[in-house]
Amino acid sequence: MIIRRAFGGWPVEGSRSSFDELERVRRQLDDLLERGFGTGFLAARAGVFPLTNVTESPDRFTVRAELPGIKPGELQIAVVGRSLSLSGDRKIPRDEAVSYHRSEREEGGFSRTITLPADIDSAKVEATCSNGVLTITLPKAEAAKPKQITIKAG
Amino acid sequence: MTHHTQEAKDLATRDTMGVGPSAEHTRPGRTFTPEVDIYEKTEQIVLVADMPGVKAEDLVIDLRDNVLTLSGEVAPPEAPEEADVMREYFTGRYYRQFTLSNVIDQTKIEASLVDGVMTLTLPKVAEAQPRKITVKAG
Repeated sequence: MIIRRAFGGWPVEGSRSSFDELERVRRQLDDLLERGFGTGFLAARAGVFPLTNVTESPDRFTVRAELPGIKPGELQIAVVGRSLSLSGDRKIPRDEAVSYHRSEREEGGFSRTITLPADIDSAKVEATCSNGVLTITLPKAEAAKPKQITIKAG
Repeated sequence: MTHHTQEAKDLATRDTMGVGPSAEHTRPGRTFTPEVDIYEKTEQIVLVADMPGVKAEDLVIDLRDNVLTLSGEVAPPEAPEEADVMREYFTGRYYRQFTLSNVIDQTKIEASLVDGVMTLTLPKVAEAQPRKITVKAG
Protein backbone atom coordinates (compact mmCIF):
# COMPACT_ATOMS: atom_id res chain seq x y z
CA MET A 1 0.00 0.00 0.00
CA ILE A 2 1.38 3.34 -0.93
CA ILE A 3 1.16 6.02 1.69
CA ARG A 4 1.19 9.47 0.42
CA ARG A 5 2.42 12.32 2.52
CA ALA A 6 1.32 15.76 1.61
CA PHE A 7 4.26 17.89 0.54
CA GLY A 8 5.15 20.32 3.30
CA GLY A 9 3.20 18.28 5.83
CA TRP A 10 6.39 17.84 7.81
CA PRO A 11 7.14 18.53 10.66
CA VAL A 12 3.88 17.59 12.32
CA GLU A 13 2.95 17.72 15.97
CA GLY A 14 3.75 14.03 16.36
CA SER A 15 7.27 14.13 15.04
CA ARG A 16 8.04 17.24 17.03
CA SER A 17 7.53 15.42 20.32
CA SER A 18 9.71 12.49 19.25
CA PHE A 19 12.43 14.96 18.40
CA ASP A 20 12.19 16.41 21.87
CA GLU A 21 12.54 12.96 23.37
CA LEU A 22 15.60 12.24 21.22
CA GLU A 23 17.11 15.58 22.15
CA ARG A 24 16.58 14.91 25.81
CA VAL A 25 18.14 11.46 25.62
CA ARG A 26 21.06 12.76 23.59
CA ARG A 27 21.67 15.52 26.08
CA GLN A 28 21.54 13.13 29.01
CA LEU A 29 23.95 10.74 27.35
CA ASP A 30 26.32 13.61 26.66
CA ASP A 31 26.11 14.70 30.27
CA LEU A 32 26.77 11.20 31.55
CA LEU A 33 29.74 10.68 29.26
CA GLU A 34 31.18 14.07 30.11
CA ARG A 35 30.96 13.59 33.81
CA GLY A 36 32.56 10.17 33.61
CA PHE A 37 29.78 9.07 35.89
CA GLY A 38 31.42 7.95 39.10
CA THR A 39 34.73 7.06 37.51
CA GLY A 40 36.67 9.82 39.18
CA PHE A 41 38.84 12.50 37.75
CA LEU A 42 37.37 15.88 36.88
CA ALA A 43 39.19 15.85 33.57
CA ALA A 44 37.19 18.65 32.02
CA ARG A 45 38.21 21.09 34.71
CA ALA A 46 41.51 19.65 35.89
CA GLY A 47 43.14 21.99 38.35
CA VAL A 48 40.28 24.45 38.45
CA PHE A 49 37.94 22.85 40.99
CA PRO A 50 37.44 24.17 43.64
CA LEU A 51 36.64 27.78 42.85
CA THR A 52 38.89 29.90 45.03
CA ASN A 53 39.13 33.52 46.09
CA VAL A 54 42.24 35.11 47.57
CA THR A 55 42.17 38.42 49.41
CA GLU A 56 44.91 40.48 51.01
CA SER A 57 44.71 42.36 54.29
CA PRO A 58 47.49 44.39 55.87
CA ASP A 59 48.58 41.48 58.04
CA ARG A 60 47.42 38.33 56.22
CA PHE A 61 46.05 36.59 53.16
CA THR A 62 42.71 34.86 53.22
CA VAL A 63 41.94 32.02 50.83
CA ARG A 64 38.36 30.82 50.48
CA ALA A 65 37.27 27.81 48.43
CA GLU A 66 33.80 26.43 47.75
CA LEU A 67 33.85 22.76 48.64
CA PRO A 68 30.30 21.66 49.41
CA GLY A 69 30.07 18.40 51.30
CA ILE A 70 33.80 17.94 51.73
CA LYS A 71 34.89 16.27 54.96
CA PRO A 72 38.18 17.21 56.64
CA GLY A 73 39.62 13.76 55.92
CA GLU A 74 39.09 14.21 52.19
CA LEU A 75 41.19 17.33 51.96
CA GLN A 76 44.93 18.04 52.21
CA ILE A 77 46.32 21.52 52.64
CA ALA A 78 50.06 22.15 52.40
CA VAL A 79 52.15 25.31 52.54
CA VAL A 80 55.63 25.52 51.03
CA GLY A 81 57.29 28.91 50.81
CA ARG A 82 54.72 31.21 49.17
CA SER A 83 52.70 28.34 47.72
CA LEU A 84 49.50 26.94 49.10
CA SER A 85 48.40 23.55 47.81
CA LEU A 86 44.89 22.17 48.04
CA SER A 87 44.22 18.61 47.03
CA GLY A 88 41.62 16.03 47.75
CA ASP A 89 38.98 13.77 46.45
CA ARG A 90 35.34 14.71 46.44
CA LYS A 91 33.14 11.67 46.80
CA ILE A 92 29.44 11.68 46.30
CA PRO A 93 27.79 8.72 48.00
CA ARG A 94 25.72 6.93 45.40
CA ASP A 95 23.25 4.15 46.08
CA GLU A 96 23.42 1.39 43.54
CA ALA A 97 19.73 0.66 43.38
CA VAL A 98 18.48 4.04 42.29
CA SER A 99 17.74 5.61 38.95
CA TYR A 100 19.07 9.08 38.27
CA HIS A 101 16.93 11.73 36.67
CA ARG A 102 19.60 14.38 36.82
CA SER A 103 23.25 14.34 37.80
CA GLU A 104 24.96 17.72 37.78
CA ARG A 105 27.20 17.56 40.82
CA GLU A 106 30.71 16.59 39.95
CA GLU A 107 32.95 14.36 41.95
CA GLY A 108 36.50 13.26 41.69
CA GLY A 109 40.04 14.22 42.59
CA PHE A 110 41.35 17.74 42.50
CA SER A 111 44.66 19.42 43.08
CA ARG A 112 45.64 23.05 42.73
CA THR A 113 48.41 25.32 43.91
CA ILE A 114 48.14 29.01 44.58
CA THR A 115 51.16 31.24 44.86
CA LEU A 116 50.79 34.24 47.12
CA PRO A 117 52.42 37.56 46.36
CA ALA A 118 54.32 37.88 49.67
CA ASP A 119 56.09 35.75 52.27
CA ILE A 120 53.88 34.06 54.81
CA ASP A 121 54.40 32.73 58.31
CA SER A 122 53.68 29.08 57.62
CA ALA A 123 53.62 28.16 61.30
CA LYS A 124 50.56 30.31 61.86
CA VAL A 125 48.38 29.20 58.97
CA GLU A 126 44.88 28.21 60.03
CA ALA A 127 42.06 26.55 58.15
CA THR A 128 38.39 26.13 58.97
CA CYS A 129 35.52 24.65 57.01
CA SER A 130 31.98 25.84 57.54
CA ASN A 131 28.84 25.32 55.44
CA GLY A 132 30.94 23.87 52.65
CA VAL A 133 33.28 26.86 52.42
CA LEU A 134 36.94 26.35 53.30
CA THR A 135 38.61 29.43 54.78
CA ILE A 136 42.39 29.52 55.15
CA THR A 137 44.10 32.45 56.83
CA LEU A 138 47.79 32.89 56.14
CA PRO A 139 49.45 35.57 58.24
CA LYS A 140 52.16 37.46 56.43
CA ALA A 141 55.75 37.13 57.54
CA GLU A 142 56.90 40.05 59.67
CA ALA A 143 59.06 41.47 56.92
CA ALA A 144 56.10 41.48 54.53
CA LYS A 145 53.79 43.51 56.74
CA PRO A 146 53.51 47.22 56.01
CA LYS A 147 55.37 49.40 58.45
CA GLN A 148 54.46 52.91 59.30
CA ILE A 149 57.42 55.20 58.94
CA THR A 150 57.34 58.28 61.10
CA ILE A 151 58.89 61.39 59.69
CA LYS A 152 61.35 63.02 62.01
CA ALA A 153 61.01 66.73 62.28
CA GLY A 154 64.21 68.55 61.51
CA MET B 1 2.90 22.13 26.78
CA THR B 2 4.33 18.96 28.23
CA HIS B 3 5.56 15.90 26.41
CA HIS B 4 5.43 13.24 29.08
CA THR B 5 5.83 9.66 28.06
CA GLN B 6 5.08 6.68 30.28
CA GLU B 7 8.59 6.72 31.66
CA ALA B 8 8.46 10.44 32.24
CA LYS B 9 10.42 11.95 35.03
CA ASP B 10 8.56 12.63 38.22
CA LEU B 11 10.23 15.96 38.54
CA ALA B 12 10.30 18.26 35.59
CA THR B 13 12.87 20.98 36.03
CA ARG B 14 12.56 24.52 34.95
CA ASP B 15 15.90 26.25 35.24
CA THR B 16 15.80 29.88 36.09
CA MET B 17 18.86 31.73 34.94
CA GLY B 18 18.16 34.57 37.32
CA VAL B 19 16.32 36.67 34.77
CA GLY B 20 12.63 36.22 34.36
CA PRO B 21 9.30 37.06 35.89
CA SER B 22 9.27 34.03 38.12
CA ALA B 23 12.39 35.00 40.08
CA GLU B 24 12.25 37.72 42.67
CA HIS B 25 14.42 40.64 41.78
CA THR B 26 13.55 43.10 44.42
CA ARG B 27 17.08 43.14 45.76
CA PRO B 28 20.43 43.72 44.10
CA GLY B 29 23.11 41.06 43.81
CA ARG B 30 23.87 37.97 41.82
CA THR B 31 21.68 34.92 41.52
CA PHE B 32 23.11 31.48 40.92
CA THR B 33 21.57 28.18 39.91
CA PRO B 34 22.79 25.46 42.24
CA GLU B 35 23.80 22.12 40.74
CA VAL B 36 21.52 19.28 41.71
CA ASP B 37 21.35 15.53 41.56
CA ILE B 38 17.90 14.02 41.40
CA TYR B 39 17.41 10.32 41.85
CA GLU B 40 14.51 8.01 42.46
CA LYS B 41 14.22 5.23 45.01
CA THR B 42 11.31 2.88 45.60
CA GLU B 43 9.52 5.04 48.09
CA GLN B 44 10.89 8.50 47.49
CA ILE B 45 12.62 10.90 45.21
CA VAL B 46 15.75 12.56 46.52
CA LEU B 47 17.09 15.91 45.43
CA VAL B 48 20.59 16.95 46.46
CA ALA B 49 21.80 20.48 45.78
CA ASP B 50 25.22 22.08 46.24
CA MET B 51 24.74 25.39 48.02
CA PRO B 52 28.06 26.22 49.68
CA GLY B 53 27.97 29.09 52.13
CA VAL B 54 24.27 28.82 52.89
CA LYS B 55 23.33 28.35 56.52
CA ALA B 56 20.27 26.38 57.52
CA GLU B 57 18.47 29.46 58.77
CA ASP B 58 19.01 31.26 55.45
CA LEU B 59 17.59 28.49 53.30
CA VAL B 60 14.02 29.04 52.18
CA ILE B 61 12.06 26.20 50.65
CA ASP B 62 8.70 27.25 49.31
CA LEU B 63 6.06 24.90 47.99
CA ARG B 64 2.89 26.17 46.34
CA ASP B 65 0.83 25.17 43.33
CA ASN B 66 3.07 22.15 42.76
CA VAL B 67 6.12 24.37 42.36
CA LEU B 68 9.03 23.84 44.70
CA THR B 69 11.32 26.83 45.07
CA LEU B 70 14.74 26.68 46.69
CA SER B 71 16.30 29.94 47.74
CA GLY B 72 19.38 30.61 49.86
CA GLU B 73 21.25 33.82 50.43
CA VAL B 74 24.97 33.99 51.11
CA ALA B 75 26.42 37.14 52.64
CA PRO B 76 29.84 38.22 51.33
CA PRO B 77 32.38 36.81 53.80
CA GLU B 78 35.07 39.41 53.17
CA ALA B 79 35.93 41.89 55.88
CA PRO B 80 36.30 45.54 54.83
CA GLU B 81 40.11 45.49 55.05
CA GLU B 82 40.39 42.61 52.58
CA ALA B 83 41.38 43.46 49.00
CA ASP B 84 40.92 40.98 46.16
CA VAL B 85 44.06 39.29 44.86
CA MET B 86 42.26 36.58 42.91
CA ARG B 87 38.56 36.11 42.49
CA GLU B 88 37.02 33.06 40.86
CA TYR B 89 33.59 33.12 42.39
CA PHE B 90 31.11 35.59 43.75
CA THR B 91 28.54 35.13 46.45
CA GLY B 92 24.90 35.92 46.13
CA ARG B 93 21.68 34.06 46.10
CA TYR B 94 21.04 30.49 45.04
CA TYR B 95 17.71 30.02 43.35
CA ARG B 96 16.10 27.13 41.54
CA GLN B 97 12.56 25.97 40.87
CA PHE B 98 11.07 22.58 40.18
CA THR B 99 7.62 21.43 39.20
CA LEU B 100 6.43 18.44 41.20
CA SER B 101 4.13 15.81 39.84
CA ASN B 102 1.22 14.21 41.70
CA VAL B 103 3.45 11.31 42.59
CA ILE B 104 4.93 13.32 45.46
CA ASP B 105 3.22 13.43 48.82
CA GLN B 106 3.76 17.11 49.44
CA THR B 107 2.91 16.99 53.13
CA LYS B 108 5.84 14.73 53.92
CA ILE B 109 8.75 16.52 52.26
CA GLU B 110 11.84 16.77 54.45
CA ALA B 111 14.94 18.90 54.05
CA SER B 112 18.37 18.99 55.61
CA LEU B 113 21.44 21.15 55.03
CA VAL B 114 24.87 19.82 55.94
CA ASP B 115 28.19 21.38 54.89
CA GLY B 116 26.56 23.38 52.14
CA VAL B 117 24.77 20.38 50.65
CA MET B 118 20.99 20.41 50.81
CA THR B 119 19.15 17.10 50.70
CA LEU B 120 15.45 17.11 49.99
CA THR B 121 13.50 13.90 50.46
CA LEU B 122 10.20 13.75 48.62
CA PRO B 123 8.18 10.67 49.53
CA LYS B 124 5.93 9.22 46.90
CA VAL B 125 2.27 8.78 47.64
CA ALA B 126 1.47 5.23 48.62
CA GLU B 127 -0.25 4.41 45.34
CA ALA B 128 2.89 5.25 43.40
CA GLN B 129 5.10 2.79 45.21
CA PRO B 130 5.57 -0.63 43.66
CA ARG B 131 3.72 -3.32 45.54
CA LYS B 132 3.83 -7.03 45.42
CA ILE B 133 0.42 -8.59 44.97
CA THR B 134 0.03 -12.00 46.56
CA VAL B 135 -1.94 -14.53 44.62
CA LYS B 136 -4.37 -16.58 46.57
CA ALA B 137 -4.33 -20.23 45.60
CA GLY B 138 -7.64 -21.82 45.03
